[in-house]
Amino acid sequence: MGLLSKKDAKLITDPLADNNPITLQVLGICSALAITAELKASIVMSVAVLFVLGLGNVVISLMRNIIPSKIRIIVQLIVVATLVIIVDLVLKAFAYELSKTLSVFVGLIITNCIIMGRFEAFALANGPWKSFLDGIGNSLGYAVILIIIGFFRELLGSGTLLGFKVLGDPIEKTGVYAFGYENNGFMLLAPMALITVGIIIWVQRYKNQDLIEEN
Amino acid sequence: MGLKQNLHKFKEQNKDKKWLPAFSAIHTFLYTPNETTHSGGHVRGADDLKRTMNMVVLALVPCLIFGMFNTGFQHYAAIGESVDFLSMDAFLVGLTKVLPLVIVSYVVGLGVEFIFAIIKGHEVEEGYLVTGMLVPLIVPVDIPLWMLAVAVIFGVVIGKEVFGGTGMNILNPALTIRAFLFFAYPTWMSGDKVWVHGADPRVQNLVEGATPDAISGETIMGALAQGKEMAYTVSDMFFGFIPGSVGETSTLLILLAGLFLIFTKIGSWRIMLSSVVGALVMGLIFNGVVSAGWITETSKFYSLMSTEFWHHLLIGGFAFGVVFMATDPVTASQTTKGKWIYGFLIGFISIMIRVFNPAYPEGVMLAILLMNVFAPTIDHYVVQGNVKRRLKRLKAKTA
Repeated sequence: MGLLSKKDAKLITDPLADNNPITLQVLGICSALAITAELKASIVMSVAVLFVLGLGNVVISLMRNIIPSKIRIIVQLIVVATLVIIVDLVLKAFAYELSKTLSVFVGLIITNCIIMGRFEAFALANGPWKSFLDGIGNSLGYAVILIIIGFFRELLGSGTLLGFKVLGDPIEKTGVYAFGYENNGFMLLAPMALITVGIIIWVQRYKNQDLIEEN
Repeated sequence: MGLKQNLHKFKEQNKDKKWLPAFSAIHTFLYTPNETTHSGGHVRGADDLKRTMNMVVLALVPCLIFGMFNTGFQHYAAIGESVDFLSMDAFLVGLTKVLPLVIVSYVVGLGVEFIFAIIKGHEVEEGYLVTGMLVPLIVPVDIPLWMLAVAVIFGVVIGKEVFGGTGMNILNPALTIRAFLFFAYPTWMSGDKVWVHGADPRVQNLVEGATPDAISGETIMGALAQGKEMAYTVSDMFFGFIPGSVGETSTLLILLAGLFLIFTKIGSWRIMLSSVVGALVMGLIFNGVVSAGWITETSKFYSLMSTEFWHHLLIGGFAFGVVFMATDPVTASQTTKGKWIYGFLIGFISIMIRVFNPAYPEGVMLAILLMNVFAPTIDHYVVQGNVKRRLKRLKAKTA
């Protein structure tokens, strides 16, 4: 077989769909609502989480045998905080406008439940390679949802994608705007992001009915 | 065999077909269904859900017809021509503007209901009958039809079907639709130009002979929020010769419809009465604040606060919301005491939003949606209070 054994590959593919951190574990919702009004911000946020979670998982996994369990949360926080500060500084240096859009939410990656959740649930009990794959898998799962939400919110809310006016110009009335179409301002508000997450969860569980919880 | 038997036979023959719910929906609209109960109570009231809904629709028809006349009347007034209120000219303008709204609302809404019924394999629910009639009455007349269609799809799917359909919804679907429009397309739903057909510059080119100078389509709420004088008399407001959403202007007709709903025991008089009381109390508080001199004319709230407290009942969508939307039996409180609290808070909060947030002049919509969310909580505490009281009584007896 190729690069990854079947078991390792599952670490990456599982969180993409059937064990998605947002739609199944319902973690990381806060940032999914806050920064998804633009596709670009969603992508950057996803990359940031990918970096923090992938690297953080490895670091925690390497230290897992020497961290006293009483203070493990503090150690985890320090690791995340260090990585997040790196991301924040890089963004400020190379993409200042974007870092202003994301504002406080880059800093809030520290409290993103997905990251603490994976540290606790996986990295503390598994080797660095596996932890790395798990981190990549989960952040990709997070990214998929963020990008879907960002895509629809930007397309329907502003009529653009990554800043390009794909639907035409609303002021000069070109493209679909010539027919009287108008942007849906509701898509830019946070409640609509929540409803979009809800619809994704709905569609996913309709396709794969095993995911429906019994109560 | 008559038509009735033929229809029943047709139903028997196509029992397993997927589209049968769609057929029986139309069938039971006209005829009593031929199903018989197999267990439990065999005596059933004639006023099933469909009849109840039809009564509400019946109560809405006067508002709809008045709305058509008023649409035309306001339109001609706005472009500077004067026509009689009850003239054919006015009615025709209204008819051509309002009828498409009604058709779009029903076709799209029932379409969604039929699709869901077929997917889920249950009977089509009647809930949309009333919603479909309410929707055209609570939107500005010039709203583009596709926006209405999008909002109806959103309202029916997200407001109702995801919770399990009619009877399970948390929010009033008609108000969900209106709230969606309000937040998605604010330029079409608020401001001083949208309420009269042809007054909005975006649609002016559709109107022949319109001169921009002659056009003004302000609602009373909009004018008051800007601190202007009220341009309409109290009787205009009561009879409804004012600009506004299609069907909500005539307080008189809404009052009659409310009495009709109370008389047929469909609408809860407790909710209607307590909402009015709530609104009056809030209005009196604001009037009191003004006469106590705490608010002076320099304040931006002054003109809305100093509006006579009972005028609030006549302007905006208050009366319409209270009679037709707050009393929605699904989303309102179920307990008697709960209904008093629920209604009072709707009235109270409506006027509060209206005065303090001129950007959202339609406080009644937001107030009802808010209280819809709280209705189960109110019921819970009313029931718990009752349980506690009875437990205490039991203890006192046995001790």
